[in-house]
Amino acid sequence: MTSIITRRRLTFGAAAASTLPILGRSASAQSPLGVGFIYVGPIGDHGYTWTHDQGRLALEKEYGSKIKTSFIENVAEGPDAARALRQLAQANNQLIFATSFGFMNPTIQVAKQFPKIKFEHATGYMRAENVATYNARFYEGRAVIGTIAGHMSKTGQAGYVASFPIPEVVMGINAFHLAARKVNPNFKTKVVWCSTWYDPAKEADAAKALIDQGADMITQHTDSAAPLQAAEQRGVFAFGQASDMKAFAPKAHLSAIVDDWSGYYIKRVKDVMDGTWKTGDVWGGIKDGFVKLAPYNDAITPAARAAADEVTKGIAAGTLHPFTGELKDQKGEVRLKAGEKASDEMLSKMDWYVDGIQA
Amino acid sequence: MTSVVPVSILMTLIAASTPLLLAALGELVAEKAGVLNLGVEGMMLCGAVAGFAVAFSTGSTGFGLVAAMFAGIAAAMIFAVLALSLMANQVATGLALTIFGIGASSLIGAGFVGRTVTRLQPVFPAALSEHPVLRVIFGHDILVYLSLVLVAGVSYFLRRTRPGLILRAVGENDASAHAIGYPVIAIRYAAIAFGGALAGLGGAYFSLALTPMWADRLTAGRGWIALALVVFSAWKPGRLLLGAYLFGAVMTLELQAKAAGVTWLAPEVLAMAPYLATIAVLTMMSLGRKTGRLDAPACLGKPFSAS
Repeated sequence: MTSIITRRRLTFGAAAASTLPILGRSASAQSPLGVGFIYVGPIGDHGYTWTHDQGRLALEKEYGSKIKTSFIENVAEGPDAARALRQLAQANNQLIFATSFGFMNPTIQVAKQFPKIKFEHATGYMRAENVATYNARFYEGRAVIGTIAGHMSKTGQAGYVASFPIPEVVMGINAFHLAARKVNPNFKTKVVWCSTWYDPAKEADAAKALIDQGADMITQHTDSAAPLQAAEQRGVFAFGQASDMKAFAPKAHLSAIVDDWSGYYIKRVKDVMDGTWKTGDVWGGIKDGFVKLAPYNDAITPAARAAADEVTKGIAAGTLHPFTGELKDQKGEVRLKAGEKASDEMLSKMDWYVDGIQA
Repeated sequence: MTSVVPVSILMTLIAASTPLLLAALGELVAEKAGVLNLGVEGMMLCGAVAGFAVAFSTGSTGFGLVAAMFAGIAAAMIFAVLALSLMANQVATGLALTIFGIGASSLIGAGFVGRTVTRLQPVFPAALSEHPVLRVIFGHDILVYLSLVLVAGVSYFLRRTRPGLILRAVGENDASAHAIGYPVIAIRYAAIAFGGALAGLGGAYFSLALTPMWADRLTAGRGWIALALVVFSAWKPGRLLLGAYLFGAVMTLELQAKAAGVTWLAPEVLAMAPYLATIAVLTMMSLGRKTGRLDAPACLGKPFSAS
């Protein structure tokens, strides 16, 4: 069962809730467990928000009438988020997922007002008794596609369509480049910052600019499939973002990093049902099923395929860490000594580029 | 891959400029008739989704373009009824039309997420359209050429024809035009419809030519840039062409500069460049003018009642 809450219903709901405070919040044993989501983008983006919504749909499939999910999309990061969260809390939800970094402060603030309701915040670092955090190690997937790019590139140059220079994006660029350079020591990665998460026309133009400058592998950390279409049009290869984007570029699409939140969501809902839910922090990667790779294109050579599989297996088994020293940054300063592995803390604050990246 | 880099940059530039030019040209005609329709973004999105939906369902990009045009007109007519017949505030109505367009396109498009259509193809034969150099001239799709023809046509219409003169009269002094016996409201309806048709086509350029897919808010604010371009052009079609291509150039070169390795400029500064250019040109244009109204039609945005 789904109830889509629009902005308008949100306002009505908030008004109704303020006239009837706390009334009707005691759910009886038979009534379905309410699970709410707030999304930063539209569920139709076929990217980040879409994958979270796929997780919500997986919940419905798993639990059927035992739960009742609802979501609010396109919530601005800021005061709007607090309002949306409060609305979900008053609408009989017992577990609420806030799926964007900028929802962090509002989540903590609203969680204080509703101590009996469980909150989960994606990609943040602030926790409380009733606020847990979760995130995915996207960089592990990027190490795999970097390996493929290193094998498949003829010009030895990849173009990276990027959004904003925040640690998560920087980490991804570095992981991709390091993996490609393990295959080809002279590999170059050029980054174009779009200063937006989502502007299909601009993303496509950025990809074209990179191809003009000699890149024959396009990868992206923005949310639309437009760079893939540009790659398809120009006859170069590309990797999808957040979901399998093969339909947009059947020839160009080599693989994609697929975010899969459904396993985590199913588990956390079960914890609430069993009464075993506890706060905590989960940063899941390939091993935990948070990060997957879309089916490989037939164009990928057997050597590239084997190398990519080896990296995937190594990461899953914990024998391979994409950030292993010796690592130098762009200025030649040693950031990781030989054999040293990057700590999670170092990764989550990463603001430097590996040698050979043009950003 | 045939790659002569300057040619390729020009191709990208022309493609980036075309939807701006189409939408802005339509708005220019509406504003010349004295109507300020801030709903360009909304009309573009209606055109984008209708064009995609029809092209996907019928397999014909041509039908898609026609549908986009009519969707733009339909959205524009909502505005026209409210602003002209019911005399609602034009600014508020235009803003509402944008919000409506975002919502309606998202609703209609929900079933088309993840689908693609065949890209709008070049009109000239491959020998010309894929020539490494000549493709700058011959390598474009129908809407690029149509937008250029329309600039010339609108310019001629407004300056040299009697109906064009009447349209301008309605925008400059609606009361006098009415007194002489011209149907002010009917002329404004027609101008708004023309604006809607071109905004619809501009929107369809995103979903059928630039990125042949449907995604929410595909136009990403280009409608607002089109509105600014009308002011930038001082309501002259020739200058509008210049403005649209200048804006397209700054947008494209910004990305090219980053790809070519210009790192001494912060990415944020490069992202600001198109807007800085707009402000710079607007400032230059208003220098030496006492009025500061930049030749706007005198009745722009004012409701008209015949009684």
